[in-house]
Amino acid sequence: MSTPATAQNDGAETNVNSIAQSIKETFTSNIRQSGIFIAFIAIIVLFAFLTDGTLLSGQNVTNIVLQYSYILVLAIGMVIVIIGGHIDLSVGSVVAFSGAVSAVVVIKGGQPWWVGVLAAIAVGLLVGAWQGFWVAFVGIPAFITTLAGMLIFRGATYLTLENISLSPFPAEYTRIGIGFQNGLFGGNGYDVFTLVVFAVAVAGYIFTQFRQRAAAVKYNQHVTAMPLFIVKLVAVAAVVMAFSWLLANDRGLPNVLIILAVLVIIYTLVTTRTVFGRHVYAIGGNLTAATLSGVKVKWVNFGIMLNMGFLAGIAGVLFGARSNGAQPAAGNMFELDAIAASFIGGAAVTGGVGRVTGAIVGGLIMATMTNGMQLLGYEQSVQNIVKGLVLLLAVAFDVYNKRRAGGR
Amino acid sequence: MANNILEMHSITKTFPGVKALEDVELRVAEGEIHAICGENGAGKSTLMKVLSGVYPYGTYDGQIVFKGEEARYHSINESEDAGVVIIHQELALVPHLTVAENIFLGNEVRNALGLIDWNEANHRATDLMHQVGLDENPTTPVGQLGVGKQQLIEIAKALSKKVSLLILDEPTAALNDSDSQHLLDLLKRLRDEQGITSIMISHKLNEIEYVADTTTIIRDGQTIETLDMSLPESTQDRIIRGMVGRELENRYPPKTGRQIGDEAFRVENWTVHHPTQPGRVVIDNAAFDVKAGEVVGIAGLMGAGRTELAMSIFGRTYGRGISGEVYKRGEKINTHTVSECIDNGIAYATEDRKRYGLNLIADIRHNISAAGLKKLTSNGWINTNEELKVAQDYRVAMNIKTPSVLQKAGNLSGGNQQKVVLSKWMYTDADVVILDEPTRGIDVGAKYEIYTIINKLAAEGKAVVIISSELPELLGTCDRIFTIAFGRVTGQMPVDEATPEALMKLMTQERTAKPAAASAGESH
Repeated sequence: MSTPATAQNDGAETNVNSIAQSIKETFTSNIRQSGIFIAFIAIIVLFAFLTDGTLLSGQNVTNIVLQYSYILVLAIGMVIVIIGGHIDLSVGSVVAFSGAVSAVVVIKGGQPWWVGVLAAIAVGLLVGAWQGFWVAFVGIPAFITTLAGMLIFRGATYLTLENISLSPFPAEYTRIGIGFQNGLFGGNGYDVFTLVVFAVAVAGYIFTQFRQRAAAVKYNQHVTAMPLFIVKLVAVAAVVMAFSWLLANDRGLPNVLIILAVLVIIYTLVTTRTVFGRHVYAIGGNLTAATLSGVKVKWVNFGIMLNMGFLAGIAGVLFGARSNGAQPAAGNMFELDAIAASFIGGAAVTGGVGRVTGAIVGGLIMATMTNGMQLLGYEQSVQNIVKGLVLLLAVAFDVYNKRRAGGR
Repeated sequence: MANNILEMHSITKTFPGVKALEDVELRVAEGEIHAICGENGAGKSTLMKVLSGVYPYGTYDGQIVFKGEEARYHSINESEDAGVVIIHQELALVPHLTVAENIFLGNEVRNALGLIDWNEANHRATDLMHQVGLDENPTTPVGQLGVGKQQLIEIAKALSKKVSLLILDEPTAALNDSDSQHLLDLLKRLRDEQGITSIMISHKLNEIEYVADTTTIIRDGQTIETLDMSLPESTQDRIIRGMVGRELENRYPPKTGRQIGDEAFRVENWTVHHPTQPGRVVIDNAAFDVKAGEVVGIAGLMGAGRTELAMSIFGRTYGRGISGEVYKRGEKINTHTVSECIDNGIAYATEDRKRYGLNLIADIRHNISAAGLKKLTSNGWINTNEELKVAQDYRVAMNIKTPSVLQKAGNLSGGNQQKVVLSKWMYTDADVVILDEPTRGIDVGAKYEIYTIINKLAAEGKAVVIISSELPELLGTCDRIFTIAFGRVTGQMPVDEATPEALMKLMTQERTAKPAAASAGESH
């Protein structure tokens, strides 16, 4: 292992950090990111303790996944909107509207379930294109455009549903939201299939981590010391497998979790590894500088809003499937949960900063707290107050850190 | 010592991991103009923030004695109440508010009922403006005035607060020569007539020589020396030596290895209208050209349309109603969007790197790759390892002083930020490079490095256009200089024939009946 003193020399061969240095870097390089994970763990421990372990029972963990999946899907889109320097207040209405159209197509129109799904996604895309047009090409601030959209699409939902709820969906449709993949390999009181899927996922994760590390070494970058790297992988694997054990002991692998996992992977790559993602960060960080660097700002903004509509359409399907129908008031306040998840997850109010994984953890913090408080029998009113305070404190922590770091 | 209005003793200020100031001594005599010199990052601004209470008492070590009493300011308000007023480089005026509203912002003139007495305020504002040599309507929105006048309004605002020590942080950085001159004369007048002491942070050595009674040089957070400017040995070279800690015989590297080839880039009949005021012509039938391996200067005063010319060409990012032709190696090209320009090998490094050039909250790596992302991309995926390697290569090649390219661009000093901007454009493989005020607000040492980079670009056969208001800079780096005045190209001359006087004459040449002075060419 190299000594820390020589590790900072750029040309030197010693590009593997010492253990102490790696640990320091892991925690200091991004206090906000590590802070959010620590907070998440603390909240889990706290509520697990308060609920005598009920929080971490297989059934409850599964319920959390089923209950909050659509918020997490929205949070993915919302964090991208926020990184780009915008905000979207309409997603709750868009979830309701796409769900309503889907319900009308399937329940009233008698179309098969997949036509309903496609209809919801198409509605989401159309709404996204509509809002993208106003934001990107007419230049109306997203706050105003989507405030209008919140009203317009809520009204459209009432019109579509003729002011009444529609239900029930056929079983194939509800399976998307509340169904499970299980039983393929049997198992004694637990689902082997779930464990196998997670084991494969963990193996894939470890494989890509090693590949990335190898590439980083090849490009002469600093990497974490090998022992620490392995400790990290083992910790991640252990947590993920423990989670899968909980699911396997209940009903197996929820379909929504598969959808969510795919979306998280795709959008993490989109934000970190694609030109579109980089351009979103660029326009959120400095719009003029981005323009002068050749970023096609209008199209990027259009893409951001279109994508948000797309994800709102998917969330519409998930919500409809879970609630087994469409209600005129569905999705009320979803936008606020998605926005809160993004900010708790470290997105900056001014744009240019944020991560998909951060938003997911932010959403999970909200979900865990809500669920924990429900288990403890707190009323909605108390839940709201606590959630509001957590949002405030998370952003205050962020502001405090920035001030400390940028005091010069 | 009784006549020292301000004494700062062994001021030490540390930030996590960095010692920004170490035992700094500063003594300012009553009624003098005291210049503070130092490279960017030397600690000048930090010292002024300590003095004005931005860093409250207790967050630094050392002692401040102001007017014979120990000063312990906990905020800007406290220091202002004591008569210390700081005017920052970035003006703190609200553009939509009027002159009077700005002057009395936070210090409003009230009547017996506690309401603002606008008549009295406007009247007093007019008085204050007279003191700084301005004759504007106090109800004019500040945003409608030029930068030079805004700077004077900042001083009027300071006067309204009964200032006894005025601190100016690079007051002429954004001003043209005549506005700068006016400002410096005003400082002298305030000193002579009202006995106001000024501290001026500046990079411009001839200004310091002109205006300062005393100069304190700071380097790496330490006081190097304090010079009495009336002594003959207090020369510009002495100051430079103190600032950079080394001899700098020549401020411009020699123009070696230039081989001027065929025409690389030409603009003709270029006319641009104001973006919001229809009918106002900002650029009038302009034309210029640059050859491969040549460095061409565009000299013009502030407001002559230099930046407007460059930005209207570069993806039409300024103005409307744009007409004219752009040729690259004799072939007409489209420059309607920035990406077309980049694809055509044209680069434009802006004069305002913080606002237009960099994403300050992103890291250096992503800033360097921002314009040339296509080169790192296959099928829409960015090769992030390659990207990091590119950034590290530029960090070494351009001598960007930073512990890591993963640092935020906003943490760098001005000179290093400029190197990041240049790296960004070099990575696009542009062969026509337009540099707008490439050395604005950066220190002498870094300037030399930037000139070296410019020379290297020219030696590689690239066509370089430098827009600058500093004539010595153009004369020291260019092969040929165009002049622009009131939106028109008023002439060009080879650098061998150019003198500051001849250029200035063309730069101030008003609109005449004779059309197309540009094609008349060598009016020398």
